[in-house]
Amino acid sequence: MKRGRARSVFIGVCVTPAVILFIIFMLIPTINVFKMSLYKWGGYSNNKTFVGLNNFKILMEDMNFFRSFQNTILLIICVTIVTMAFALVFAAILSREKIKGQNFYRIVFYIPNILSVVVISAIFSAIYDPNNGLLNSIIGIFRGNGKPPILWLGEQKLVIYSLAIAMIWQAIGYYMVMYMASMASVPESLYESANLEGAGRVQQFFSITLPLIWTNVRTTLTFFVISSINLSFLFVKALTGGGPDGATEVFLSYMYKQAYTNSSYGYGMAVGVVVFLFSFGLSALINFVTKREPLEF
Amino acid sequence: MKKKKVISALLVTAMAASLLAGCGNNGDKPASGGGEQVLKVAAFEGGYGAEMWSEVVAAFEASHPGVTVELTVDKKLEDVISPSMKAGDYPDVVHLATGREAALTETLTKENALLPLTDVLEMNVPGENVKVKDKIIPGFLDTLATNPYGDGVTYYAPMFYSPCGLFYNAGLFKEKGWEVPTTWEQMWALGDKAAAEGIALFTYPTTGYFDAFTYATLSSAGGPEFFNSCMTYEDGIWESENASKVFNLIEQLGRYTESTTVANANNDNFTKNQQLILDNKAIFCPNGTWLPGEMAEAPRAEGFEWGFMAIPAVNEGGAGCSFCWFEQMWIPSAAKNQDLAKEFVAYMYSDEAAKIFAKATAIQPVKGVSDYLEGDNKMFYSIYDNGATAVMGGFAATAPVEGVNMLDTLCGTVNSIVSGDKTVAQWQAAVEEVSDKLRAAME
Repeated sequence: MKRGRARSVFIGVCVTPAVILFIIFMLIPTINVFKMSLYKWGGYSNNKTFVGLNNFKILMEDMNFFRSFQNTILLIICVTIVTMAFALVFAAILSREKIKGQNFYRIVFYIPNILSVVVISAIFSAIYDPNNGLLNSIIGIFRGNGKPPILWLGEQKLVIYSLAIAMIWQAIGYYMVMYMASMASVPESLYESANLEGAGRVQQFFSITLPLIWTNVRTTLTFFVISSINLSFLFVKALTGGGPDGATEVFLSYMYKQAYTNSSYGYGMAVGVVVFLFSFGLSALINFVTKREPLEF
Repeated sequence: MKKKKVISALLVTAMAASLLAGCGNNGDKPASGGGEQVLKVAAFEGGYGAEMWSEVVAAFEASHPGVTVELTVDKKLEDVISPSMKAGDYPDVVHLATGREAALTETLTKENALLPLTDVLEMNVPGENVKVKDKIIPGFLDTLATNPYGDGVTYYAPMFYSPCGLFYNAGLFKEKGWEVPTTWEQMWALGDKAAAEGIALFTYPTTGYFDAFTYATLSSAGGPEFFNSCMTYEDGIWESENASKVFNLIEQLGRYTESTTVANANNDNFTKNQQLILDNKAIFCPNGTWLPGEMAEAPRAEGFEWGFMAIPAVNEGGAGCSFCWFEQMWIPSAAKNQDLAKEFVAYMYSDEAAKIFAKATAIQPVKGVSDYLEGDNKMFYSIYDNGATAVMGGFAATAPVEGVNMLDTLCGTVNSIVSGDKTVAQWQAAVEEVSDKLRAAME
């Protein structure tokens, strides 16, 4: 009996630091965001005015916010689908096929992940340069001379996709390595018997590889949502600043603009609450939709 | 066994304690010696460098025995000082202009957290027998950029100023035998002539530079009273005839703008647009006097020579105009050492301080400052002597309005006008709508 109590005390002591840190650095700030979204406040002085849900009411009529909402959703969808497709295909090729310099490719694909977003933005600024950028130079070979350059960062309908390309380039390697890790644990014998049964490579991929790494794919989908929201802010900040004329404004860049540049801290927090609920909801939805009976080897 | 557990428990507690200890504030260093005063000064490090601030502070300390100045100078000053400000620890004096992305100055203004500087203006400049307000060049204290609430009370002390106008390559004009245009008619004619040679008439670094451009042209179109009405959000003012002239002018200018400008008009690539002037790919670029310094290391066309002119008059026969941009110094009302802070602000206008600043090409609006000017700067600052009207001010401060940003709507939209995504009518209506919302929030 005494021994049992000592054990729970010990567990309690071990867990307390983590719980305290979690409360201080996660729980209280999150609650604060929710609380702050109910105030009109500039962020510095003591003149906080309680305005109830007024910030959310304004938000519902704010066209600029909806534009950033649209852009964010577009980025989440585009980046997720393309990154996942490429990462899965590359992972399957690199782990199933025998190619010369496999490790070399693995490293090359992973490198963008080590680079900071600012460096990647500088690289893409150079690629997208209208006059002597890589992209326009290559396209120029086919288009012929004398045509006006394509403004990858200036054309309002194009610029969000330019941003998406940079994000995809950055993310593929990371997810590829994750998928490769789980593909490595799929037993070789399954592929051997599939070979004997006469299943082709593509069929093997869809009938063996994909179902067996499904739990991993599900987890990474949640990562996609969260990282698309976070990374899009960094890319926007470094690459376009939300321009031209708000065409690349996303959730968090809009939140920053309102909270700081526009001195409406409470309103910014209201945007934060919507982002929080949206990403939470979307992750839950994805989790629900992709639920399958887990397959065991 | 039990001993082991106790030890591990102790270790865990120690770890937790050390983690939490890391969050603590190390506290301020205690002031050494009795009776010594410590003044906390925070200054933005702009294009003029940080060196001049250390020199000025040293000179201030030398002339004020018993005073120690704790100086913070940083390019991202907001990030450095705002965390402790949120915790209630304010600097005594802050040098930070309006119009920056983090908008710290505006936020404190909107929150009524600044100290009025009325008595500073009445003080004698330390070591001199002249009042601060008499030392400052006339006109600098009657603007919305020093009296943000438009009630005649000064909250910002005007510091380094810079005339904004159009920069160009004077060498190119000599080489081609072109005349520098003085009216918009001549401007468009030059634009057509240059286009035939593959040179665009106009470019801009980012749309942020259109604030100075619109302020100057508004004032030129309707005079100072009209300009003030615009800045105080008078009803219908943005749809008036004079405002339309400015909107249409910018649209016309958009047609003469170098085609890649919009793609590079962001914080990462704006120097590419400025480079167009150096490479003779575009003729004019709106900017301030810091431009030559910013592009000092950049390669340039042969025979390149900086030229600078005021913006041509909007109305026929009117005078050219140039917006005068200046940085501001202010005292937060939460500052602990307010008397010394005021003394420091007054000291900024002494000959001693002005000379130190001028050495770093930071020019204050102090009488007699033109004697310190040298080289290109002499030409830039003589713009007002050559007949251009000086325009000063900026939008009046209002309580924050959620989701509404005047500069974003007024300037940011220029990108859409140039690329043809929005029409002038849409732009004008949007600005008027924002103006309506802000008028309601004016105090």
